[in-house]
Amino acid sequence: MTWSQLPILTPVVLLVGATAVLLTGRIRPSLAHRLATATCASCFAIAIALAVQVHHHGPTHYALGGWSPPIGIELVADTLSVYFLLVITGIALLVMVGAAPAVERDTPGRSAEFFAISLIFLLGLSGIVLTGDLFNLYVFLEISSLSAYTLVSSGDERAGVAAFRYLIVGTIGASFYLLGLGFLYSVTGTLNMTDMAMRLDPAAIPVRLAAVMITVGLGLKMAIFPMHRWLPDAYTHASSTATALIAPIMTKVSAYVLIRILFFVFGTSMVSIDLPIAQAIMWLSVAGVLVGSTMAIAQTDLKRMLAYSSVAQVAYIGVGIGLATPLALAGALLHVISHATMKCCLFLVVGAVELQTGNRKLSSLSGIGRKMPWTFAAFTAAAVAMIGLPPTGGFFSKWYLVLGGMATGEWWVVIFVLGASLLTATYFFRLLESIYTRQSSELAPIKEAPLAVALPIVILGLAVILFGLFNSRILDLFLRDAMPPGLVISG
Amino acid sequence: MTEFLQALVIDRWAYVFTILLLSVGLYGLVMKKNLIKKLIGMNIFQTAVILFFIQQAYKHGGTVPIYDTTVGARPELYVNPLPHGLMLTAIVVSVATTGVALALLVLIHRRYETLNEDELLQKLRES
Repeated sequence: MTWSQLPILTPVVLLVGATAVLLTGRIRPSLAHRLATATCASCFAIAIALAVQVHHHGPTHYALGGWSPPIGIELVADTLSVYFLLVITGIALLVMVGAAPAVERDTPGRSAEFFAISLIFLLGLSGIVLTGDLFNLYVFLEISSLSAYTLVSSGDERAGVAAFRYLIVGTIGASFYLLGLGFLYSVTGTLNMTDMAMRLDPAAIPVRLAAVMITVGLGLKMAIFPMHRWLPDAYTHASSTATALIAPIMTKVSAYVLIRILFFVFGTSMVSIDLPIAQAIMWLSVAGVLVGSTMAIAQTDLKRMLAYSSVAQVAYIGVGIGLATPLALAGALLHVISHATMKCCLFLVVGAVELQTGNRKLSSLSGIGRKMPWTFAAFTAAAVAMIGLPPTGGFFSKWYLVLGGMATGEWWVVIFVLGASLLTATYFFRLLESIYTRQSSELAPIKEAPLAVALPIVILGLAVILFGLFNSRILDLFLRDAMPPGLVISG
Repeated sequence: MTEFLQALVIDRWAYVFTILLLSVGLYGLVMKKNLIKKLIGMNIFQTAVILFFIQQAYKHGGTVPIYDTTVGARPELYVNPLPHGLMLTAIVVSVATTGVALALLVLIHRRYETLNEDELLQKLRES
């Protein structure tokens, strides 16, 4: 039995859920959070069902409104899409479960609106990974971005300024994408991804211009160095729940769009041999890893430190895309799931600490590891994964990256990954040292976070380790089938 | 060179205009200090992209894309309706973006009582 309607179900459930949450928020505010959690849970279930179906029956197509492609818009769920869909819905569910106390504190009286916008944000992201139409992708990209600006603005005093800056940069990125799409449409006369891949002439000047514009546009959204300036402010000043929701998945989905368009629409040979786009992404990402890690060392605010480390970690995905070898791309995709889990875990811990202490300065964290043992056990696992030590997921994604680099004789990748891990280790070990070994009397009344807040954190901490232990299962189940045409993982 | 310029100005003047508009928008966005003016620059940039799409749809001598019995089923005599449809959506997106941006500007102005970027940075540093 195949369920061909499954792809459309995620966006529809989220849209209905968002409306319902907004309405129940007017009548019974306490129900809004439960309804939002239930919506996320059902989306996660749908994503699992879709993954099972794609695994057994291959890619699932759904023609919107019954208009068959390439005339109509189609949704395509292939292995790459469901992989990202699982990450998005899984992270969303875990963030939602423990969100109630933090959201009620950050946006008092407005929590129903916050949850409704979160669901719209997820609707945009799930639409991006499922759509097979390039203009439809732009619309979903803007839906998710607009809700992300709103979520960011719900934070502290300076959040408005950070959100405005994010809005300007994000809109320019989307406009560049749209401009590139205009070039492609004028040459091919189609917007369907599969159709366009067949009709493209990689040697044509407009196609090359379009490739550059789309890469710049998505680079802005993905915060590739030197287009990363909006990110630290946005993540630091957004409310803790908004950051925990946006930081793990937003930039990853931009990376998904980059992979989808560069490798599936333009084709590997065009972006890595005909044009040096992949190389450009690679070297900018290398710079991004170094700059992000160095800036993270200099921060005194926990959230801002993690935001800069996001710049660095997303750049690892860029390095994998840029190397454009099967194993390097597998490393990039593995880093999507491992970085999403560990960054979500770390930002949720920041939220829990803010909830219990009302402070997030690095200096005030001394000795907190003993007061909140479960939370900080998960924090330690995630920190170890960020540095890239075995047996965590963070180690194996970098391992595949190194293997992918060595396959084409790029030996510098080994030194680069080692050096970058040392930089990461610098700020995380300093932090872990103060968390566990120092004593502080100010922390005396601080207790462990409530169960609903601590449970998702612990699950994420476990997931970070499990993804490392079972990395070959992820590789076999998803990544082999998710590779773009022309790239095959051997062995 | 002169032939190239001639082809550019006479046959493709609409594209040259779009590029000019794009540059004006980008200039406003980067160089202007007032946040409202930045927003206007962003809007000009988006409008340029919209006009770029509309130009592709144009056909010399083409008519409205509604089936006309006197014209018949000859696609070369109708302008392409698809870019117009796409740009209607893009206009909606741009209106929504402007709305959110204006709301954020109200928020910023209420808190810092200025929309000048330099003064804003000054106040952010002090607080």
